[in-house]
Amino acid sequence: MIADLAQGWPILSVVTFLPLVGALLILLTRGEGEATERSIRSIALITTIVTFLVSLILWAGFRDGTAEFQFVEKHAWIGETITYHMGVDGISILFVILTTFLMPLCILASDVIHTRVKEYMVAFLVLESLMLGVFCALDLVLFYLFFEAGLIPMFLIIGIWGGPRRIYATFKFFLYTLLGSLLMLLAIIAIYLTAGTTDVVELMKFNFPVGMQYWLWLAFFASFAVKVPMWPVHTWLPDAHVEAPTAGSVILAGVLLKMGGYGFIRFSLPLFPDASVYFAPLMFGLSVVAIIYTSLVALVQEDMKKLIAYSSVAHMGFITLGTFSFTEQGLQGAIIQMISHGIVSGALFLCVGVVYDRLHTREIARYGGLVNRMPVYAFTFMLFTMATVGLPGTSGFVGEFLILAGTFKASTVATFFAATGLILGAAYSLYLYRRVVFGELVHADLQDMEDLNWREKVTFLPLMLTALWIGIYPTYFTTATDASVQNLITQFHAKIAANAAAAAPADAAPEAGQGTGN
Amino acid sequence: MTSTFSADIALILPELILAVGALALLLVGAYRGEGSSRLVGLGGMAVILVALFFTACAGTGETAHGFNDMVVVDGFGRFMKVLVLIGALVAIPMSVDFLKRAGADRFEFPVLILLATAGMMLMVSANDLITLYVGLELQSLSLYVLAAFLRDDARSTEAGLKYFVLGALSSGMLLYGCSLIYGFSGTTNFSDLAKGIATLGEHGAGIGLVVGIVFLVAGLAFKVSAVPFHMWTPDVYEGSPTPVTAFFAAAPKVAAMALFLRALTTPFGEIVAQWQQIIIFVSIASMLLGAFAAIGQTNMKRLLAYSSIGHVGYALVGLAAGGEQGIRGVLVYMAIYMVMTLGTFGVLLVMRKDGKPVESIADFAGLGRTHPWLAFVMAAFMFSLAGIPPLAGFFAKFYVFISAIEHGLYTLSVIGMLSSVVSAFYYLRVVKVMYFDAPEGQLETPFPLASRVVVTVTGAVTVLYFIVPGPLVAIAGAAAKTLVR
Repeated sequence: MIADLAQGWPILSVVTFLPLVGALLILLTRGEGEATERSIRSIALITTIVTFLVSLILWAGFRDGTAEFQFVEKHAWIGETITYHMGVDGISILFVILTTFLMPLCILASDVIHTRVKEYMVAFLVLESLMLGVFCALDLVLFYLFFEAGLIPMFLIIGIWGGPRRIYATFKFFLYTLLGSLLMLLAIIAIYLTAGTTDVVELMKFNFPVGMQYWLWLAFFASFAVKVPMWPVHTWLPDAHVEAPTAGSVILAGVLLKMGGYGFIRFSLPLFPDASVYFAPLMFGLSVVAIIYTSLVALVQEDMKKLIAYSSVAHMGFITLGTFSFTEQGLQGAIIQMISHGIVSGALFLCVGVVYDRLHTREIARYGGLVNRMPVYAFTFMLFTMATVGLPGTSGFVGEFLILAGTFKASTVATFFAATGLILGAAYSLYLYRRVVFGELVHADLQDMEDLNWREKVTFLPLMLTALWIGIYPTYFTTATDASVQNLITQFHAKIAANAAAAAPADAAPEAGQGTGN
Repeated sequence: MTSTFSADIALILPELILAVGALALLLVGAYRGEGSSRLVGLGGMAVILVALFFTACAGTGETAHGFNDMVVVDGFGRFMKVLVLIGALVAIPMSVDFLKRAGADRFEFPVLILLATAGMMLMVSANDLITLYVGLELQSLSLYVLAAFLRDDARSTEAGLKYFVLGALSSGMLLYGCSLIYGFSGTTNFSDLAKGIATLGEHGAGIGLVVGIVFLVAGLAFKVSAVPFHMWTPDVYEGSPTPVTAFFAAAPKVAAMALFLRALTTPFGEIVAQWQQIIIFVSIASMLLGAFAAIGQTNMKRLLAYSSIGHVGYALVGLAAGGEQGIRGVLVYMAIYMVMTLGTFGVLLVMRKDGKPVESIADFAGLGRTHPWLAFVMAAFMFSLAGIPPLAGFFAKFYVFISAIEHGLYTLSVIGMLSSVVSAFYYLRVVKVMYFDAPEGQLETPFPLASRVVVTVTGAVTVLYFIVPGPLVAIAGAAAKTLVR
């Protein structure tokens, strides 16, 4: 029944641009003061909830078991070759749902924002539209447009509502990301000129010359590696996270980072398979360094947000590792891990936000013994800590297990070192938890801390349920991605085989020619 | 004989309308005295509108040559002329309020704009080195006077004088280049030059001709303010009255770029290899200087001057690439750049603080709170100038770099992209000042109507261009086709 509802109308465009409509509505509101502020908040909340509901229709109408793009929309845009082409498959659908799912929670968590609420909500809604566009776009130029445009609202969100060093952080965020993506733009242009199209579906069938793949791969790598972020270009992330407002951190960790991982899976692997294989050792190396190094860095952090930010880099290291194992488990694991990380790290940033709103500090040493005053909070925090550690039964376990299983086939050494990251991960997470929640309540001002209010409980509940749901019954999610991932792997190996076959006679031919000549 | 003469006249009808209109308005101003600036201004706009109509709509749309092949009217020229006329059309109303407050609302202003525009139109149509030079000088002389229009203001007169001295120097270089080209080829006509070079083939260009081309390029580079002939730009931009600066950044730049394209493509299209490296160097140098030199600026007009140097560098990427794609890229770039820059200057023109026009970047502080819409539009211009999608500036860069990659200019493209990250820094700084800093002082309201209209229209174009990017590209493509045969 609901499944049929999704057909016959441009549902993807509606999902993508609905938040933009909400933003326009908010722009039209007049006046200032409490009442206007409240109505702005309600408009934003309602818009994001409606967007989420529409995306659920999308989810219901989504057919498992096929690698085809679904809900496809295609219209002429720039000339004939660059089109407005939207569609989702098993790889992207989960990210769409993740985005629409996190947004209402972000709006709820933004109740503590009291300055320039109007601009704040507009920026978030615009950002949601752009993020959804990234995951739905099936044309490289369109993808790039959404991908890059997202910088503008995020720049403003960190810069206006951020912490004390927000200006430095937001400039760093913007320029770092811009540098990477401009190189990708050059690669997109080169692809356009070589293949004559920027349509992703067409490009998946196109086989680039191997020599060219390396350069294109590197250009895309420059963009996605910064976005993921991979070591050593991760330094913008701790700064941006620390300075961003809570909801900004949630979106940053929850969705924006996933664009990098999504980009690798969507573009780098299928378009440049030979280059991907060629550079896989590099990816393994960088991922393993990211996992171990940033985990160690996380251990010594004094700032809660910074700790979680570094842990994000480590977790994203697992994702790139799984992606470049080129195995079904590895890719499945990478996708599940991205969804899981989106939910869990988002929730952890919300957890930090809860105590930050009360005490206005994120210094770990200023806390301790919170369990005495805030039992519900302690429970919530613990659940997400366990999920980030990867305790079986939580979402973190599924992703990491699949990734390690997949990577084991590709490289036991990399898997070995990555697995040590799990131990380190447990160490820094539990250490953080112990210092903040357990122990004696020594600081006097903690005596007055209040436990979660209903708004915060409402925010956390869906996150908890989803984290457990993925952990207990991951099949529900993996069936959706299954066909697309399988297809990707098949195509991937087929392309490599085709290129190898094309290269073999080419290598042999000159020798043969010389032979006859002599 | 008469029939060809009337055909010739028909060919330069828009230029004639501008010239005759300017003279008539000059008479009106002279007879009615000082109070006639409003009437002359309106008359000037009407004349430009008529010229715009004849440029865009009259004629067959075919390429036509006239005056013994001294003048050519083609799709390329028409495209550039429409841009020039729009720039001039906008400049007159934008200046009214500013000049009135500066006590300089004299009727000469619109007349000078008209004369300069006539010169620019001639430049765009030039198919001969002589026509080129005459058009260029008519334009330049009018612009020198415009730069010094606030004659009691030391900075304005300084700007005028600087512009004149350096402009005269560049004209000299240009003329020297022309004479060398004539001396070594025996003709000043673009078509004849092209034919002569074509018969001689790849090695047709002797050393004398190449030296001539170098001087020609130097003179033209000065006019578009490309590095290393950019030195006048910041001072002139800063010193000139703001509406004049807005005009400088729009119409003359478009016209000079058109001249640049035609003077290199039509006669010397066969020997691209001889001048391509110069353009590549000029382009890279302009992009880098535009990016780095603007970082330290505190004056908005100086910042925009360096930004314009950088943007010329990007436009020249298209010329360096050459071919139909490259020319199309430049055309799209100039059209979009003109919209963005007119809008940015429009924002500067609506803002006044403490009885003085706003010039310092610090004066933008807190604009996001005090005037959210103005700040929004200004932020859009800044992001667009930085080339961030989905704003119009992104598409401008996109098309230029398509042609660069197509012609294998990878180094140029990568340097261009890197310098655009650097330049993003100072555009972001303006946004930062507007949105992140606390407001200081009050802007004078109400804003002047004309500039408000300009800001609104250009803002809307910049923000919404991505919805229908096709038509401009198609028109520019058709125009480029007529230049590259």
